[in-house]
Amino acid sequence: MEYNNEYNMDLYPEQLHWQEGDLTATRTTMWSGPGCHEGCQIIFYTDKDGKLVKTEGDPNSPMTQGRLCMRCLELPELVNHADRLKYPMKRVGERGEDKWERVSWDEAYDIIEEKVRQFQKESGPESIISMIGTGRNVSQVIAHNQYANFGGPDLTLCFLSGDSCMLPRTAICYVMMGNQWVADMSQFRATRYEEDPDWQRPECIVIWGTNPVINNADAFLGHWIVEAQKRGSELVVIDPKLTWMAAKAKYWLRLRPGTDAALALGMLNVIINEDLVDHDFIDKWTYGYDALVERVQEYTPEKVAEICWIDKDLLIEAARFYAKAHPSSIQWGLAVDMSQIGTVTAQAIACLAGVTGNIDNPGGNVLIDQASGLEFGYNSGIEYLKPGLIEKRLGNDKYPLKKYGFTASSQSDSILEAIETGEPRPVRMLWIQSSNPIANMGQDAPRIYRALKNKVDFIVVIDLFKTPTAVACADLLLPCAMSNERDCIRVWFDPMRSLTKCSSFYEAKEDEQIMIDLGHRLAPENWPDWVQEPRDYMNWRMEVGNVGFTMETLENEYKGMHYSDYRYFKYEKGLLRPDGLPGFMTPTGRYEFYISLFASWGDDPLPYYKEPPTSPYSTPELFEKYPFVLTTGLRSFEFFHSEWRQADTTSRELHPLPRFDIHPEAAAKYGIADGTWCWIENDLGRMRQIARFDETLDPRVIATEHGWWFPEKEAAEPSLFGVFDCNPNNLIPMCQNGDSGYGAPIKSGIAKVYSCTPENSKHQPTEQVTRLGGYTHGE
Amino acid sequence: MANNGQYGLLIDYEYCSGCHACEVACKKEHEMPKGDFGIKILKDGPRQNSNGKWEYNHIPVPTSLCDLCSTRVEAGKLPTCVHHCQAGVMVYGTMEELAKKVNKDTKAIFSR
Repeated sequence: MEYNNEYNMDLYPEQLHWQEGDLTATRTTMWSGPGCHEGCQIIFYTDKDGKLVKTEGDPNSPMTQGRLCMRCLELPELVNHADRLKYPMKRVGERGEDKWERVSWDEAYDIIEEKVRQFQKESGPESIISMIGTGRNVSQVIAHNQYANFGGPDLTLCFLSGDSCMLPRTAICYVMMGNQWVADMSQFRATRYEEDPDWQRPECIVIWGTNPVINNADAFLGHWIVEAQKRGSELVVIDPKLTWMAAKAKYWLRLRPGTDAALALGMLNVIINEDLVDHDFIDKWTYGYDALVERVQEYTPEKVAEICWIDKDLLIEAARFYAKAHPSSIQWGLAVDMSQIGTVTAQAIACLAGVTGNIDNPGGNVLIDQASGLEFGYNSGIEYLKPGLIEKRLGNDKYPLKKYGFTASSQSDSILEAIETGEPRPVRMLWIQSSNPIANMGQDAPRIYRALKNKVDFIVVIDLFKTPTAVACADLLLPCAMSNERDCIRVWFDPMRSLTKCSSFYEAKEDEQIMIDLGHRLAPENWPDWVQEPRDYMNWRMEVGNVGFTMETLENEYKGMHYSDYRYFKYEKGLLRPDGLPGFMTPTGRYEFYISLFASWGDDPLPYYKEPPTSPYSTPELFEKYPFVLTTGLRSFEFFHSEWRQADTTSRELHPLPRFDIHPEAAAKYGIADGTWCWIENDLGRMRQIARFDETLDPRVIATEHGWWFPEKEAAEPSLFGVFDCNPNNLIPMCQNGDSGYGAPIKSGIAKVYSCTPENSKHQPTEQVTRLGGYTHGE
Repeated sequence: MANNGQYGLLIDYEYCSGCHACEVACKKEHEMPKGDFGIKILKDGPRQNSNGKWEYNHIPVPTSLCDLCSTRVEAGKLPTCVHHCQAGVMVYGTMEELAKKVNKDTKAIFSR
């Protein structure tokens, strides 16, 4: 492109290390906390003492092409932060008192070993559960540690209701097409954009329920879409807010939060009834089209426009544009998962790609597996689980999708219920690794706080900082390493990438090292003697997985990035099925609009729409009391979930306090001024954020941020870093999932808003929850 | 300032996503205290034009503290804002070179 930057490549040699003045440069990949899903290529500059002093983007990377986001640019602030956990610590006061004693790693391991053996003996290994935060390099470690070392079957997203992050979309894709799809921006080959002879620029890109330039979710870099825009791609943006991309879009559909499935069905109605479908693809490769045609007749544009609060003509035009453009690509996001009908919503959207034949085509939605087919995620080490245990996963008896293995994790709400009730079995120990559920990941945060604090015998938290979760419930708090302090590989989609350690921080350990050390103590039969360090572990797993090369080869020969031979139209070539036949890896061998598995276990095999559990239409009386639709999780460039909140970071300099968006007309109606603190409240609880006027919102909708805690506040209760004060999860339920067990109404609740005054602010929510017994349904 | 206005930045702000990478890269490169910026992203919009089209632009503007990364440039590198711009919309060069690249309304050139 004409305005791509021209780097002086002599200064950026394509090698692992080089010297630049007094500094040593290490060229590697970023993929751990504090950091996102993306796995960008980064250059770490360390001084003679091995301290990280500077970062730069790596111009040699086909993925990132020298670019880097603000958080990786300010990374040394957190890597060298005075508040980082330096040593293992044992709780000596009560939970919540913030009283700790430094212990050695050996002492910490002794405590863990004793507890694990005790619980295994008294209650079985299934009484030990591992809980993970967002998808980063801990994913394979926590699984392998849980299955091979602790021996329990339950690995779960840490109280994320309905596992509502990527898993609903992934599960439905595996059922419908035996694989998962991603918008194709040429990211799976080292030749990008027009340099790739096969890739085609999408004529249309639908951005559905995500703000990709900010969130870079699901291993997809949002600025790839900006590159496509520069090359002429037109956007359709489906979002309750006018994002920057929505402003640049050909069509912006401002839908009511939680109505995405209805919109997809309405678009299908238009596309099918106007015969804008790809008959060739449908005839040859799909199953259940006639049933889908019949189903979508219920969803006329008129009806859907009314449900979604959008203009009927806009819906029709956007649907036509998506169907007529070639190729068309859909980049979908978290909002799809975060409704009670998350899987059904994903199914409806996947039907759009199916009827238009935008499957595995260049510039469409392409099917993708892990790099080199290596199992290095939630199923890592599952071969060590004793027979008969996998069937005992909590939630499996309720949810066929879980029971029949369309995911590798246990249903998170079922874990909470087991902790609270002791049924069907007691939960004795939780291993919480890189997750901060009461600040971010868990819904009904006060309920989770109480369950953690009062109902579990022993809790280990492994993290970068002393989080509110650690203070509230940890018995043992272990410091883990950041990306620059890790040797690791990443297989989350092509290319396979290496992380090369270039510094260390006090006694913080790589999660891999903790797993290996515990393995040799707890289950030596599962661990080869030679696997002593993370690098050994990588090479062992690469050998077991028949990758065909070592981590050192990946670092040196493949320059830290190994691209496999990515191919399009795999279903035509017999590349998707173990039997080598053309077609998809589904019971019918076809792309299933009508999901035969759902039919076989009595669920609706076709997509449908259902109102959120609380909404203007499902609970009109409650809506009179709480007259706004509440959507949450508004992303910011400055933060990734609950990370980067330390008061002295550049992130907090640019974004000091939590904000929620409200239409000025709505604000005027309720006497709310721009920039003032407001209470946001519903029948579950309340929290406060600062009003920011946004004329692009529907006046009936408000949108709040998430993940706020205040490390500058006192750690001990009742302060607890102010974790509940601004937390939208005070207002969102747990255990209201879809029929599949997936999905939860996280982005589509209801609430009222009113200004904070001294009279109505006598008790902050954190005090209300930790001292006054408040929230979880009232107070 | 540096280069006597001979060199500058071309910014195609139509595609600036407002990601703050330039601001933070600059602050870090120059070890600036809180509140100081060598480049600052201004925002126009979102507001709706009378024709219904939305106006929503981020416009990165170099400040008086910008020295076009003279130390980096001397070492053969790009100014750090240009190097890291996630949208790839910034170009460093002589005013003459930059002027040649301007071919539509939304590009801006800043000399320093």
